[in-house]
Amino acid sequence: MPERAQEILRSPGYWVTVWRRFLRDPVALLAALVVLGLILMAVFAPWIAPQDPFQGMSLQRLKPPGTEGYPLGTDELGRDMLSRLIHGARISLFMGIVPVLCALAIGAAIGVVAGYSGGWTNTLLMRTVDVFFAFPSVLLAVALAGALGPGLFNGLIALTLVFIPPIARVAESVTTGVRTRDYVEAAKASGAGALLIIRKHVLGNVLGPIFVYAMSLIAVSMILAAGLSFLGLGVKPPQPDWGLMLNTLRTAMYTQPLLCALPGVMIFITSIAFNLMTDGLRSAMDIKT
Amino acid sequence: MKDENASAPLLQVRGLVKHFPVKKNLLGRTTSFVSAVDGVDFDLRQGETLGVVGESGCGKSTTARLLLHLIEPTAGTIRFGGRTVGSVALPLKEFRRQVQMVFQDSYASLNPRLTVEESIVFGPMVHGIARHVAQARAHALLERVGLDPVRFAGRFTHELSGGQRQRVNIARALALQPRVLVLDEAVSALDKSVEAQVLNLLLDLKGEFGLTYLFISHDLEVVRFMADRVLVMYLGRVAELAPTEDLYTGSRHPYTSALLGSLLSMDPDRRTVAAPISGDPPNPIDPPAGCRFHTRCASAQAVCAKGAPGLAAHSREHWVACHMFDAGSGHGSAPAKAA
Repeated sequence: MPERAQEILRSPGYWVTVWRRFLRDPVALLAALVVLGLILMAVFAPWIAPQDPFQGMSLQRLKPPGTEGYPLGTDELGRDMLSRLIHGARISLFMGIVPVLCALAIGAAIGVVAGYSGGWTNTLLMRTVDVFFAFPSVLLAVALAGALGPGLFNGLIALTLVFIPPIARVAESVTTGVRTRDYVEAAKASGAGALLIIRKHVLGNVLGPIFVYAMSLIAVSMILAAGLSFLGLGVKPPQPDWGLMLNTLRTAMYTQPLLCALPGVMIFITSIAFNLMTDGLRSAMDIKT
Repeated sequence: MKDENASAPLLQVRGLVKHFPVKKNLLGRTTSFVSAVDGVDFDLRQGETLGVVGESGCGKSTTARLLLHLIEPTAGTIRFGGRTVGSVALPLKEFRRQVQMVFQDSYASLNPRLTVEESIVFGPMVHGIARHVAQARAHALLERVGLDPVRFAGRFTHELSGGQRQRVNIARALALQPRVLVLDEAVSALDKSVEAQVLNLLLDLKGEFGLTYLFISHDLEVVRFMADRVLVMYLGRVAELAPTEDLYTGSRHPYTSALLGSLLSMDPDRRTVAAPISGDPPNPIDPPAGCRFHTRCASAQAVCAKGAPGLAAHSREHWVACHMFDAGSGHGSAPAKAA
């Protein structure tokens, strides 16, 4: 087939527009840069950290920030705080992002299927989800992690299970809204099957809002993971993890309050950055048409 | 080419019923329902435009959606080209290729995440047509409906005006090369000048592609302009079915007369002062017994509240569902029983 003489004019796609709008939002952009920085810090931790995060000096315990050789001080075993905080980003970010991604995959699948099918399938799936939804997330995470036993992997499973219900709920409600739109009817009228309609017409319109919602859960997941570690249900020592560090340092609360607060500050910065980035993404995606 | 069906109707609808549940009891059984469409029969003949008119909520759009099986009929059969829809001889998918629909809301009926080209190409690709063939067809159709493919194929729906979007919807429907187009209030949301352009486009396309239209509208003037025959619906039932000019100049059913009376005449001296029909249609959850129109009908008599009149031929092509025209119905104005 000979190509047309004139090239077809293509409008920028939806995500290109979203990206451009996002770039115009300074707060969101700054937050995104912080998130990027944290991720890079986690990935390259062994090369960035000035010292071995596991190597303690018993004579240098609980030094305040600013001590010679230890810019952020040392912990209760005399390990370099800066190095431990840098290494801690690995597990903290992992526990923030991975459970949410797993829950996103499973929850979105449940929600989209329930929302698109309606009727009995919807009732069955969503009522089951509601059972989990009835528990407060902290309680559910603690109960699940407690039942599964401590450890990184079990913590990950517990957090994933905690986040499936809210994501499925959002996915279901967005999909229900899209299902009755005329373009879905028109696709049905063209003879397409359910799977093809979901792939081509439903997903494109629901994944955005679901993804944004899931992003907002990353901060929650990180805090919950920190909470699990704090309770001894997540990561085990001597692994550096912000939540766990908060736990082990609490004995020094009155002698070195600044030092104790450091892991908390990291958690705070990370969750704020994720939340602001999500907010920016949400408003960038809210394109008036 | 299609001489074998020249006499038989292209699309035959018999006893079409749709009940929407309103209330369910604890066991999930439906205890009350809306009879949106209640026993509708009509034929759609090859090459004609059948107009469907009626007030809001009379079941026009539901009939359209039932026709394409977008909602499952409670009862009734639809035959297309002599074959029952959904049977082995005519699977639903093949039927849907032949009968396409243009929706009223030109914005909601296009996926906002797809370009114009992607929207049009979707249908043909479902039916196994290669992408580049479908694209070429899409471009040709865009050209045909008056949208330059170079400028419009790569656009998104929110960048188009209402009229342009409706042209895209028409192109999308035509991309499957259907024989029947169901136009569900397809021009109602457009402003008058654009509406006229789109109507003319539809008339041209009909001749060019040999299409048959089911033209649903609440606008009596537009239907008169477009349709060869007109079907008048009231509360889910057919009130009258007649060739367009017959209906507009010599309507029989009191409801049709009232509807036509609501049209404003171009001549100020002939404008009616009294409202030809008053009130709203009765609640379709609890429709009146007998003739559904008797609660608002000026000619209603005792018999009208008892039995529902059937659709009977008044003259060869003119069908009316009214006791006044049913010999021996017991209505005072009914003609004497034929000897």
